[in-house]
Amino acid sequence: MIAAALGTDPVRIAQAVGAAVAGPAAESVDQDARFPAEAFAALRDERMLGAMVPQELGGRGATFGEIAAVCQELGRHCSSTAMVYAMHQIQVGCLIRHGRTAPFLRDYLTELTAKELLLASATTEQGVGGDVRTSICAIDQQGSRFRLIKQAPVISYGEHADGILATARRSPDAAGNDQVLALLTRRDFKLTETSGWDSLGMRGTMSLGYTLTADAPIEQVLPTPYGEMSSQTMLPFSHILWSSLWLGIATDAVNRGRGFVRSEARKKPGTVPPSALRLAEVVARLQTMRAVVQGGIADFERNMDDVEVLSGLGFALRMNNLKITSSTAAADVVRDTLGVIGLFGYKNDSKYSVGRHLRDAHSAALMIANDRIYSANASMLLIHKDD
Amino acid sequence: METRNIAVNTTAAEIRAIVKQHGRLTTLVDDLADDSDLYQAGLTSHASVNLMLALEDRFEVEFPERMLRRGAFRTVDVIRSAIQELTEGAA
Repeated sequence: MIAAALGTDPVRIAQAVGAAVAGPAAESVDQDARFPAEAFAALRDERMLGAMVPQELGGRGATFGEIAAVCQELGRHCSSTAMVYAMHQIQVGCLIRHGRTAPFLRDYLTELTAKELLLASATTEQGVGGDVRTSICAIDQQGSRFRLIKQAPVISYGEHADGILATARRSPDAAGNDQVLALLTRRDFKLTETSGWDSLGMRGTMSLGYTLTADAPIEQVLPTPYGEMSSQTMLPFSHILWSSLWLGIATDAVNRGRGFVRSEARKKPGTVPPSALRLAEVVARLQTMRAVVQGGIADFERNMDDVEVLSGLGFALRMNNLKITSSTAAADVVRDTLGVIGLFGYKNDSKYSVGRHLRDAHSAALMIANDRIYSANASMLLIHKDD
Repeated sequence: METRNIAVNTTAAEIRAIVKQHGRLTTLVDDLADDSDLYQAGLTSHASVNLMLALEDRFEVEFPERMLRRGAFRTVDVIRSAIQELTEGAA
């Protein structure tokens, strides 16, 4: 649909979908706090939802680095599209890396690829104080099926998802941290809305709260304990893919700043506009952010299959630091870019507007609050030795 | 250096006492076998840090990085052999 000449490079496809579809719709998605439906229709047309699924299961077999680059490209045009895409790929990553040994889940990956299914996640729960490594709800097995009722303060794009991966205690008598991850397909679950999503930014992610009620075959519970998936896949996937799309947001804001400074310079050839100095500062900060994100991608790709490294404290600290650094940098870079552009950046109806970027970027420090991450790091540093 | 010779039973009992004090388990420690999974008994990663610190203090050891993987402190047995390895190494 976009252009047959794009070939199969997922990054080029993301650039095209971003520029032609996601970007033009971003304002309306933001204004109406609605799902970026046209962007996802285009991504589905280009078979981008199953992009990371290995070729033997029908996917493109895109690398993790390519998926991160896709998130960045989409983030340059529509933060909500990029965030929904990133969250989907985090779920797909869990299935690919931890579910492939189970026949049902393997078949599901093939189905996901063939039908371009969109996956959401239900990891947070009312009453655990934001700690995703603790669950109250439990898998209640009855014969070959299980029931699950979860009070989820947030299930982003839940109503638009074809499947949900939910955390729960292994059984009704299991400890709070003895968690598993269960795949719920559209026919297995029901969502009852409990809270809305009229937010400052990231409005198109539709992160409403729900009561999730499910009844599904027991084979849809992933065989690996959630604790292992959390450190080996959820943590690196989330922090890197989020950071990549935040980099995309910051990059587009800075590009608007560059456009503004060039237009100022053209008005008075021969003089460097005062805003150029601040721009130079912002560009340096953006470069640092880019290096940190690329370093995180390289770190994970290098150690992807090394369970020892992935479950070590050093790796967890590095991924946590990546999240803290890039989420802080994203908001700082956009704010400073607003300073470069001035009123034309502050106005919503200007082509140099960075208002939406600023609102979206401020979500970064809150998605798993940076203070929570610092506390976890502080605790790990009490026993961590090498670096 | 003084040679340590820690009787296996004494060590297990002391480890249990420390697990009881710092593990914040949801199951009673006395109900657990030496090979019961402490994480399944409710040991959180936060509590495991305190557990490690208390063990390091009591046995005057420092767990090297390679022992800090999740799973290294999965059971009383595993903790005991880790401590044994470190104390014997120091002897």
